[in-house]
Amino acid sequence: MSGTFVGMPAFPEAARGAVHNATLRANLRHATTTIRRKRAVAVAELSDWAELREAGKQIKDHTLRHLDRYLEQLEDAVTAAGGTVHWAADADEANRIVTGLVKATGETEVVKVKSMATQEIGLNEALEAAGIRAYETDLAELIVQLGDDRPSHILVPAIHRNRGEIRDIFRAEMTRWGRPAPDDLTDTPAELAEAARLHLREKFLRTKVGISGANFMVAETGTLVVVESEGNGRMCLTLPETLISVVGIEKTVPTWRDLEVFLQTLPRSSTAERMNPYTSMWTGTTDGDGPRAFHLVLLDNGRTDTLADAVGRQALRCIRCSACLNVCPVYERAGGHAYGSVYPGPIGAILSPQLRGTDSDIDASLPYASTLCGACYEVCPVAIDIPEVLVHLRERVAQGGQVTRAGTKVVLKPARGHAAERAAMRATRWALTHPGAVRAGQRLAARTRRFHPSRLPGPGKAWTATRDLPAVPPESFGDWWKRTNGGTRDERGGSR
Amino acid sequence: MRVALFITCVNDTLYPETGRAVVRLLTRLGVDVDHPLGQTCCGQAHYNTGYRHEAEPLARHFADVFGAYDAIVTPSGSCAAMVRELYPRMGERARAEGRGDTLARTLAPVVPKTYELTEFLVDVLGVTDVGAHYPHTVTYHPTCHGLRALGLGDRPRRLLEAVGGLELAELPGAEECCGFGGTFAVKNADVSAAMGTDKVMNAASTGASVLCAADNSCLMHLSGTMSRLSVGMRPVHIAEILASTREEPSA
Ligand code: SF4
Repeated sequence: MSGTFVGMPAFPEAARGAVHNATLRANLRHATTTIRRKRAVAVAELSDWAELREAGKQIKDHTLRHLDRYLEQLEDAVTAAGGTVHWAADADEANRIVTGLVKATGETEVVKVKSMATQEIGLNEALEAAGIRAYETDLAELIVQLGDDRPSHILVPAIHRNRGEIRDIFRAEMTRWGRPAPDDLTDTPAELAEAARLHLREKFLRTKVGISGANFMVAETGTLVVVESEGNGRMCLTLPETLISVVGIEKTVPTWRDLEVFLQTLPRSSTAERMNPYTSMWTGTTDGDGPRAFHLVLLDNGRTDTLADAVGRQALRCIRCSACLNVCPVYERAGGHAYGSVYPGPIGAILSPQLRGTDSDIDASLPYASTLCGACYEVCPVAIDIPEVLVHLRERVAQGGQVTRAGTKVVLKPARGHAAERAAMRATRWALTHPGAVRAGQRLAARTRRFHPSRLPGPGKAWTATRDLPAVPPESFGDWWKRTNGGTRDERGGSR
Repeated sequence: MRVALFITCVNDTLYPETGRAVVRLLTRLGVDVDHPLGQTCCGQAHYNTGYRHEAEPLARHFADVFGAYDAIVTPSGSCAAMVRELYPRMGERARAEGRGDTLARTLAPVVPKTYELTEFLVDVLGVTDVGAHYPHTVTYHPTCHGLRALGLGDRPRRLLEAVGGLELAELPGAEECCGFGGTFAVKNADVSAAMGTDKVMNAASTGASVLCAADNSCLMHLSGTMSRLSVGMRPVHIAEILASTREEPSA
């Protein structure tokens, strides 16, 4: 994935700053609770939500099971409609292909539709290295780009910024990229939007190459679909002469009809809208209308490896609605940057360690970045059991095991740093299958209770830094039961 | 009906008064409850931390100890969810790993007869008014595994509403996780503490004197947070409220 995230610290350290940043916490809380409430209302309006969710899950599962076949069908359809299909095994290959395609046009600027896949591969950085300037045209992506920042949310990449911060960024940075913001710009939404509109308009009219991702690719027709709210994506998809779309292979759906399901569930889940405002669909090229050249770069970058894992593959059903981020209490407090990936929140916690592997500190820590409260699973419109995958990946980190990397089966060793935990788990497992050992331990704890400290050193400090420890009672329940025969014999102050 | 109490390892060691309350409550409702002494732990902490293979012997031990009973009642939403939701999954995984049906078959009998306490009261015994009296203002936190994995719905609420003298105060943001999450509380202590603090402040904002839940693990985390924040509230397990009567009041 993007080089921006290399060397990220593990999640707990990365989250610490955000947890104690009052402004950020307030921005995130405000934004996520608002959208959370609206989503719940939009979803409750549909009496067949459960069926739509199940249908979305099944369509995706079916497609993933036969992905080889559908991808070839897609390639044929796109080619027949006048497009060119390229296959990219990883980020480097995709970046090479796109850079080459842009260079072949002789252009040095591109306009971009908001796209997760191009962020995943670090395309902007690759283009920059080749002397090509990429302009983000999604309002929130523009804020991130101008602020030399990183996205912190799938749908609202600048969710961590408030209006005042956005005004300051516009005023300071727009001039470096093109039309400057007016000097008297205030932080009212209308003025901010107008400044962005004017700044972007000149780029839409001038730039000859557009780059996009896609929300869906229809195998039977070769149609690509981009779902967005601003209309800026529509500009990039229609005005340039050359359009290059970089799309993860899992975005395929078999038929046009399948869109019926997702075009209902996606807007309601992501923006709480009944219908998406700008849904752009195109099939290859059309003479005299829209781009004259269309290239589709099909991106693998760890997806086939993910598909090989029976439990983890459900993550590939994701339609990037971001509902799971918006309900996640951990995301709300840790912020998106702590996840060290363009995919933050619950979906990021299960996707990044699969796409990238669990070697780095951040990737090995992501499966633990959850209380397993299940709020994400509950809202997911394609029913990804995120807690199940999290636990599965914890097992992979803690115990090692077989995974697929670049198409080859390898056996992972258990992660460093989990040795003490492993030993503790083994020891407690032994004790817990020997009830006598548990009793002995409880009695020892009860006898020494006067000496228990209220603050612990070492790993226990993580608990006692903010929380008192519970007092150990003089007698365990089991001992009470035995002594009193379930409360039927003399209690001597035991039970009330 | 032979009913067994699965006290859970946390309650056994740290919250015996919750267990005693369950016994008192069930006995009052005419249930002859047994507490098989060979019981230990459902294996949830092992499983959820990524040690499924260490959890398997604990699950087998559970099935061994409780298999002969008609119903297994536990005052913990998350331990009930472990048995009901995750034991079948453990069996499936073992099968998928080519280890045959043995584990699935061993665990199958205990799965459908394991009940969280409020489920047992409402669904099996068919009561919502358990004849309790508890003259305090209470706010109720639905813990995540009870809420989402078991689907306890409004059962705890209905039980509490029927308690004499009890005033129920609405908890803002009730369905949001308290931040405990087992080993999460230690592995991600900062985020966990921030979530716990928000939950406690929401609870305090209700003016209630008691924060009630159906799971002592979450209450342990919240209780530790409350005393550190010096919030004048007490955490109380729902069993202790339901066991309380005019004659024998719980604290
Ligand atoms: S995992 Fe589910 S809820 Fe989260 S972004 Fe993907 S589709 Fe949406």
